[in-house]
Amino acid sequence: MKQLYLVLLIAMLFVAASQQSVTSSEKPEQATYGDALIAGSIGEPSILIPMLAGDSASHEVAGLVFNGLVKYDTDLSVIGDLADSWDISPDGLVITFHLKKGVKWTDGVEFTAEDIMFGYKTIIDEKTPTPYKEDYLQVKKAEMPDRYTFRVIYEKPFAPALTTWGSLIVLPKHLLEGKDITKTEFTRNPIGLGPYKLLRWSPGQEVVLESNKDYFEGRPYISRYVYKIIPDPATMFLELHAGSIDMMGLTPIQYTKQTSTDFYKENFQKFRYPVFSYTYMGFNLKHPWFKDKRVRQAIAHAIDKSEIVDVVLFGLGSPATGPYVPNTWPYNPHVRKYEYSLDKARNLLKDAGWVDRDGDGILEKDGKPFEFSILTNQGNSLRMNTATIIQWRLAKIGIKVNIRAIEWSTFINEFVDKRRFEAVILGWSIGIDPDQYDIWYSGKTREKEFNFVSFNNKEVDDLLEQGRRTFDIEKRKKYYYRIQEILAEEVPYIFLYVPDATPIVHSRFKGIKPTTIGISYNLHKWYVPERLQKHRIEQ
Amino acid sequence: MITYLAKRLFEMIPTLFGITLVSFLILQLAPGKPTDILTEMNPKITPEARERLEKLYGLDKPLMVQYGIWLKRVAQLDFGNSFSTDRRPVMEKIWDTKQPLLERRLFITFMLNLLSMFIIMIIAIPLGIFSATHQYSLYDKITTVIVFIGFAMPSFWFALLLMMFFGIHLHWLPISGLKSVNHDSLSVLGQIADRLSHLILPIFVSAFTGLAADSRYMRSSMLEVIRQDYITAARAKGLSEKTVIYKHALKNALLPIITLMGLSVPGLIGGSVIFENIFGIPGMGQLFYASVMQRDYPLVMGILTIGAILTLIGNLLADIGYMFADPRIRAR
Repeated sequence: MKQLYLVLLIAMLFVAASQQSVTSSEKPEQATYGDALIAGSIGEPSILIPMLAGDSASHEVAGLVFNGLVKYDTDLSVIGDLADSWDISPDGLVITFHLKKGVKWTDGVEFTAEDIMFGYKTIIDEKTPTPYKEDYLQVKKAEMPDRYTFRVIYEKPFAPALTTWGSLIVLPKHLLEGKDITKTEFTRNPIGLGPYKLLRWSPGQEVVLESNKDYFEGRPYISRYVYKIIPDPATMFLELHAGSIDMMGLTPIQYTKQTSTDFYKENFQKFRYPVFSYTYMGFNLKHPWFKDKRVRQAIAHAIDKSEIVDVVLFGLGSPATGPYVPNTWPYNPHVRKYEYSLDKARNLLKDAGWVDRDGDGILEKDGKPFEFSILTNQGNSLRMNTATIIQWRLAKIGIKVNIRAIEWSTFINEFVDKRRFEAVILGWSIGIDPDQYDIWYSGKTREKEFNFVSFNNKEVDDLLEQGRRTFDIEKRKKYYYRIQEILAEEVPYIFLYVPDATPIVHSRFKGIKPTTIGISYNLHKWYVPERLQKHRIEQ
Repeated sequence: MITYLAKRLFEMIPTLFGITLVSFLILQLAPGKPTDILTEMNPKITPEARERLEKLYGLDKPLMVQYGIWLKRVAQLDFGNSFSTDRRPVMEKIWDTKQPLLERRLFITFMLNLLSMFIIMIIAIPLGIFSATHQYSLYDKITTVIVFIGFAMPSFWFALLLMMFFGIHLHWLPISGLKSVNHDSLSVLGQIADRLSHLILPIFVSAFTGLAADSRYMRSSMLEVIRQDYITAARAKGLSEKTVIYKHALKNALLPIITLMGLSVPGLIGGSVIFENIFGIPGMGQLFYASVMQRDYPLVMGILTIGAILTLIGNLLADIGYMFADPRIRAR
């Protein structure tokens, strides 16, 4: 479960902000109100205030209750949500948001700049236990010239700044002022302004949301959204088959094999799009063997990424070439690729001094055999299978690999933090913004920081710094393209794959338009034609 | 007898204290911290932010100080607030007074386990007696095979098979959860039927897989008793076989079963993680598992302490049970 949180943590910031979107201008013909969508979830939300939540289930539900100032459009550009428009000063230091007028909280009180200011003050408050504080501490000053204008002034230009004003910081001041935000009833019974509002929460069983008839982007067609908690994936799949749930995320085997019957073709629609995350094998660059770039490149040549995608993910993913998702704007398709070639791998290793002298099938250098361990966290079968394939492939060029799966906390605290590893297989969940300062900057190598492979490249440091200091997308593109070239040349990680999300939805739901950011961004536009409605709900 | 009971009660205090201390220390040995869920592998967290969070949870204090604070609170019957992001009081998570009785975690697990224990008893005791009185008969052999199949079968696998058969193939029973989505729109009778139908599979699985132990205990203790001289004497007196078995033998043969029942008292609130997960039952097993995985110290400690108290009470009840069943113990 832990790794789930890990994978979803960072992206949630943005996903939460991008839940809704205005895209379809064409009015669906037979769109009618009514029916309920029952979504299955393994985890239960724990708190419905976005800035206090750490798990994906909480963000998913809270994302339907709260909106942000801005959100991502389907093409990954930033568009207004509660903000009508915004201006960025030429030096990039001041952002002024002009809010939509007449938006109301579901208790009828109008939403104004006061609410943003309150949210901002809450998130930077010492006493608020939130993991998302850092972005807001960059703000030098926040002010509200009038009820519908909110302005923030930064010390230095900070490119990811704009998108941090998503749904994390919007809170109703009139309900929360002067209260201890962690202890109020509001955490489990929030008043929001999003497409849905909370109707009932039965702990451990379900969270029932009701459509917000006064939603500022139009009343959602589906009257109820039920978030049903089913901790066991096998049980959840049976419930899908029995018709008790309408939507769930499928595993690769469920997507490719178990749902390929006529029953599923008739009753369900399946979707597939890349997740904003990638899985990689990272080297400890302080280790004497992996200090040598040629050794890392040789290993890259010896691993067949498409084989891993085919076997581990049943083809439901794409090979990664860098830390970005293919077909998004920061992704550079022209970096050095390491085709699967044992000869190239062997030659590179030979150049680096690794030769099998005693004929036992394992390379040696200075009398030491080339044998190392890949560590990964326990319970993630995808990573274990990936490690096993890599083990088998590397054996072919004379490298002996041992695999160790370790419980998550032990893995992080005892091995990653203390640098007691040779190679790890892990995944990063990435935001839609390409800033990856914390992962690649050479200064971020203290314990608990995230450049734990100890990557150190002056040019990358500069580019990372420049990339986060300008809002000009063309300039940023240039910087991040160059970073990817360097990463591909230096191979601090072997970027393995970007997995696909594979949700399934009952076929009576219409109006779903899959895009790069998934399917749920236009949930309020989904509908069920009258004759197909399953649950009768009084309007 | 009164002094014996008083002595037993008095002994429970240091035992309980010891249990909480050991639990607290063992919990700290596990790597990781409650704040990990917010901070691990989250590039948005700086080391300073991590320290701030740990301070908020009081994790920066020395271990014994933390234990002292905890103990002081518990002495006032307050288990504190959970460390998970919702920060709810521990007692509210276990026994949420804002929810109807049927939706409270402790009640759900307690009711399920009590029902299944009750069913196990009313089946296992006659089963064991019959097996003993008809030792090595065909009946004995068949029941032996059946209860051992139940014992050997992994419950999650058996549960899935039943779900597929009764839930998907026949459409007779719901698959998981405690109630249907349309529960609220049903009549009162319909609601009761809905809830009961959700209980059938879980209780059947837990009873079937739990039958073996109790029926075997019953069989062997019965076998031991009916070989004793006083049974021969009873038979020689010309008492009917029924009187001999049910009046004279059963009473003595029940002693080991009382021990078993006493030992299963903490199990009544413990719940099983696998079992509750597969049936989607929001009980104590799920809560405990999640709290351990998140290193939610106050919640783990709360559940362990309640469990420890119940175990001690269970043992005490078993002892009292002996006194009623066996006059020799009463005399001490």
